[in-house]
Amino acid sequence: MEDTICAIATSRMVGAISIIRVSGPKAISIVSKIFQGHDLKKVKSHTIHYGHIKVNDEIVDEVLVSVMLAPHTYTKEDVIEINSHGGINTTNKILEILLDKGCRLAEAGEFTKRAFLNGRLDLAEAESVNDLINAKTDMARKLALSNLSGNFSKEIKKVRQKITDIMANIEVNIDYPEYNDIEVVTNETLLPKLREVKEEVSHLLNNSKNSKLIKDGIDVAIVGMPNVGKSSILNRLLNEDKAIVTDIAGTTRDIVEGSITLNGFLINFIDTAGIRETKDVVEKMGVIKSKQVIADADLVIMVLSNNAKVSSYEQDLIKIIPENKRIIFVNKSDLDKKINLDLDYIMGNTKEINGLDTLKEKIITLLNLNSIDSGDLTYASNVRQINLLKKAQNSLEEAIKNISQNIPIDMIEIDVRKAWNNLGEIIGEVYEDELLDTLFSNFCVGK
Amino acid sequence: MYDIIVVGGGHAGCEAANIAGKMGMKVLLLTMNLNNIADMPCNPSIGGTAKGVIVREIDALGGLMGIIADKSHFQIKMLNNSKGPAVRSLRTQADKRVYPQKMKEALKQNSNLEIKEGLVEDLIIENKQVKGIILENGEKIISKCVILTTGTYLKANILVGSENTPSGPHGEGRSNHLSDNLKKQGLDIIRLKTGTPQRIKASSIDFSKCEEELGDDTYYTFSHDLKPCYKINEQQKCYLLYTNEKTHQIIRDHLKESAMYGGYATGVGPRYCPSIEDKIVRFADKSRHQLFLEPESIYYDEWYLQGFSTSMPRYVQEEMVHSLKGLEHAEITKYAYAIEYDAISALQIKPSLENKILENLFTAGQINGTSGYEEAAGQGLIAGINASLKLQGKEPLILKRNEAYIGVLIDDLVTKGVKDPYRMLTSRAEFRLILRHDNADLRLREIGYKIGTISKEQYERLQKKKENIFQLEKELKETKFVLTKEIAQIFKENNILPPKRNMSYFELLKRPEIDFKFISLFKKFEYAKDVIEQVEIAIKYAGYIKKANNEASKLKKIEEKQIPDDIDYKKVNNLASEARQKLSEIRPKTLAQATRISGVNPSDIAILAVYLKKEYNNE
Repeated sequence: MEDTICAIATSRMVGAISIIRVSGPKAISIVSKIFQGHDLKKVKSHTIHYGHIKVNDEIVDEVLVSVMLAPHTYTKEDVIEINSHGGINTTNKILEILLDKGCRLAEAGEFTKRAFLNGRLDLAEAESVNDLINAKTDMARKLALSNLSGNFSKEIKKVRQKITDIMANIEVNIDYPEYNDIEVVTNETLLPKLREVKEEVSHLLNNSKNSKLIKDGIDVAIVGMPNVGKSSILNRLLNEDKAIVTDIAGTTRDIVEGSITLNGFLINFIDTAGIRETKDVVEKMGVIKSKQVIADADLVIMVLSNNAKVSSYEQDLIKIIPENKRIIFVNKSDLDKKINLDLDYIMGNTKEINGLDTLKEKIITLLNLNSIDSGDLTYASNVRQINLLKKAQNSLEEAIKNISQNIPIDMIEIDVRKAWNNLGEIIGEVYEDELLDTLFSNFCVGK
Repeated sequence: MYDIIVVGGGHAGCEAANIAGKMGMKVLLLTMNLNNIADMPCNPSIGGTAKGVIVREIDALGGLMGIIADKSHFQIKMLNNSKGPAVRSLRTQADKRVYPQKMKEALKQNSNLEIKEGLVEDLIIENKQVKGIILENGEKIISKCVILTTGTYLKANILVGSENTPSGPHGEGRSNHLSDNLKKQGLDIIRLKTGTPQRIKASSIDFSKCEEELGDDTYYTFSHDLKPCYKINEQQKCYLLYTNEKTHQIIRDHLKESAMYGGYATGVGPRYCPSIEDKIVRFADKSRHQLFLEPESIYYDEWYLQGFSTSMPRYVQEEMVHSLKGLEHAEITKYAYAIEYDAISALQIKPSLENKILENLFTAGQINGTSGYEEAAGQGLIAGINASLKLQGKEPLILKRNEAYIGVLIDDLVTKGVKDPYRMLTSRAEFRLILRHDNADLRLREIGYKIGTISKEQYERLQKKKENIFQLEKELKETKFVLTKEIAQIFKENNILPPKRNMSYFELLKRPEIDFKFISLFKKFEYAKDVIEQVEIAIKYAGYIKKANNEASKLKKIEEKQIPDDIDYKKVNNLASEARQKLSEIRPKTLAQATRISGVNPSDIAILAVYLKKEYNNE
């Protein structure tokens, strides 16, 4: 890293204080040129200094400057943080001055990238910085923080260490076959150890499902015939909870109509416009579209009317929704009952104040939200990590399978080593093409 | 004028000189002492895990070590026979008198090779090009290339306790100035250390207190061409014994008197081959350590006490040896010692083993930081080949990591450098399933034929073997297995369930419990043993071999991504500073080699790959 980078680290809205971060070998000398106060080249590391930013004898702002010297900084380089309090214009002005004096504007995620390149963060930790910035709920924030402090990496390292120990023992048996004081790993003694390691990997993998729920929220689709009250249910749910109605892209290709939090989880309601807009709902297209929405959603609320018989289209729709993610909500309980359905359903209407409470309860129980442990947040938190965990699990399963085929131990070790490499890749200890390009483009400026 | 001068007549030097002569070069082999050609100053054995495969590879490429070991051993074993074929390896107890003698005979038959006594102290260098050597007495000999295979002789010091004697092994002379002169030319010099244990007089050992270690009762050879030249029942025994609490106490009491712990040594010793005092300190909770007694030669009255190497003073060694069961009255004929010596930085060597700073200078063996006769011989062979190829105006032979252990060895050296003496281990070879003892000829003989180190006759024999492998596979696929009453009975007698459906013999062999040996009880396939072995391994381990080949072809992709010699790493933005420094120093030839440099992270590789693509349009 030869150049020195800078960026505004705080949100670019009007606020009392903005922080401009500068990192790189020239951080101190560049800021010194424009800072009037203590000589920053002489102050101790990790100290804060009062003074002014001054250019051409003109005071730009009154500031506090934090000086942090390498290597104990976020990027492992010299870092200076300028706390300015002059609002967005002044902050921009200071940034311009810094660029003028030889800093380069940091690219998206570049501070974190440097932290990673300089060995301050491992890969899993660097990824969690991105998660932290994008956390939408408190639990998602906690998960990201936990991973940033290396909890997930620690778990991976622990499992990996066990595999390392096993491999080292196999290797010593191979390279020193005549040393009979050394324990000999045989397929029989290896099997229970491998099962144990595999269990641990599976455990991490199972947890990661929860992690997706924590991070990205739960995608819920509301489906049903026109006029059964889908929109009013949605509006009612959103209004009640002062919903964040946004047009941001959700976890998949779907558009989120709005989100609420339930037990700390983000519930995203997926736009089912595709289905609603089909004029002739009995039309085949309608069913195909519904299938897609249903497949993508974590949960599907099928809305029926209490006041009408179940149509054949509705029956088809019910059939294609897997039972474990299906809630049948019979709306319009205030009207006459005409419905004929021999499946479990819940009833309510959007007119009464607490009409939707049972629906919420049902969502919580169906997704088991109460049982997700928010205390033990050591979860894999993105697709890359989950895929690698899966690969590791597969390799371990392969090894276990091949032991029963009487394959020699040095070959079983090939599978074990594969799992070991996969785990290493999660924390960034194995080379994999193009991994980082994608990774670092996900970061926003200034951490 | 010579084409090539080889300096040093050890295992690296012998192979280098011989192969260069074989390739038509006019070669001079300089040795300090004609009697020390192919000397074995340490253990009396050739081969061992991984090392045995190197010997097979040397043989496959036309080298000598395998043939000479076959002609001079008195015990042979296939190590790891109970494990998979990928980790099997031969080890011989080689006779310390016969081995050098047979080697000298072989070298004498090489008509392009001249052997001369002399101690080299400097090189003739013009414009960073080596043009010959200068002897101790000032005599200059010119040549087009020089191969240094000086072993431990560069500024060697022998350490026994606090005594520090400037001397090579066996009280031989040492080269006092050569490493200094190399340093003046810009080569980095490192100091390494190794050691050797005591030799014990045979008649003073009570063998009845030790456990016998026998040779195998199957015939084996390193050589792909020779028939076995020993008798199974005439093999010599080795013996196993252990240290005990008394031994450990003596060592602890005198620890400060050893050269190592007393601070008299400066060189870095090998991690994998610790001295006995190291073992006691590092593994304090172990109540005993294993030792072996191995005969040095059937003509000598001396035994080698493997595992007991030490730099303790002599009087402590007496006590230590006498504390061992069976050695209570042992007479030590040679005391253990540590030896320190200069080596050059392997990071300044090209994969061809030519020096990066001094052109036409090649190095091999301990001077490159390795340890072991086999590692030395493997490098010597490649140095000899590449010096010759260079003089013939041809591209150097660089074996890949998935082609040979020798390839792994050299790649490790020039990519990772050396901190302690490097010994080959099977675990260093990520493709060991492909780099087997049994397929060295299939891997390498064609290469040898192409560069002229393998004869037409040898080549034709290889082609015949390949053809037979193909034929046997075909025959197995085409021959239906029919379960007759007799055969069913044989299955029953061997406790093996017969297959329920009809299948070919090829499919039958895929079953884990069925092998050729079992099939031969009811069906004969008339093929040579080595052909059957190849086919059996290919069938039995097809899944794993496929996996390994997949990995190898993945590697091949980045192996083919060449890094131009003129790359300026300062211009590659975003490289971590450690990576930049290492890359500039090592200057890897390919992206794959770059990935193996410690301190070069995956992110650096990604950045480098993007840079290469952008700057050199390197796909």
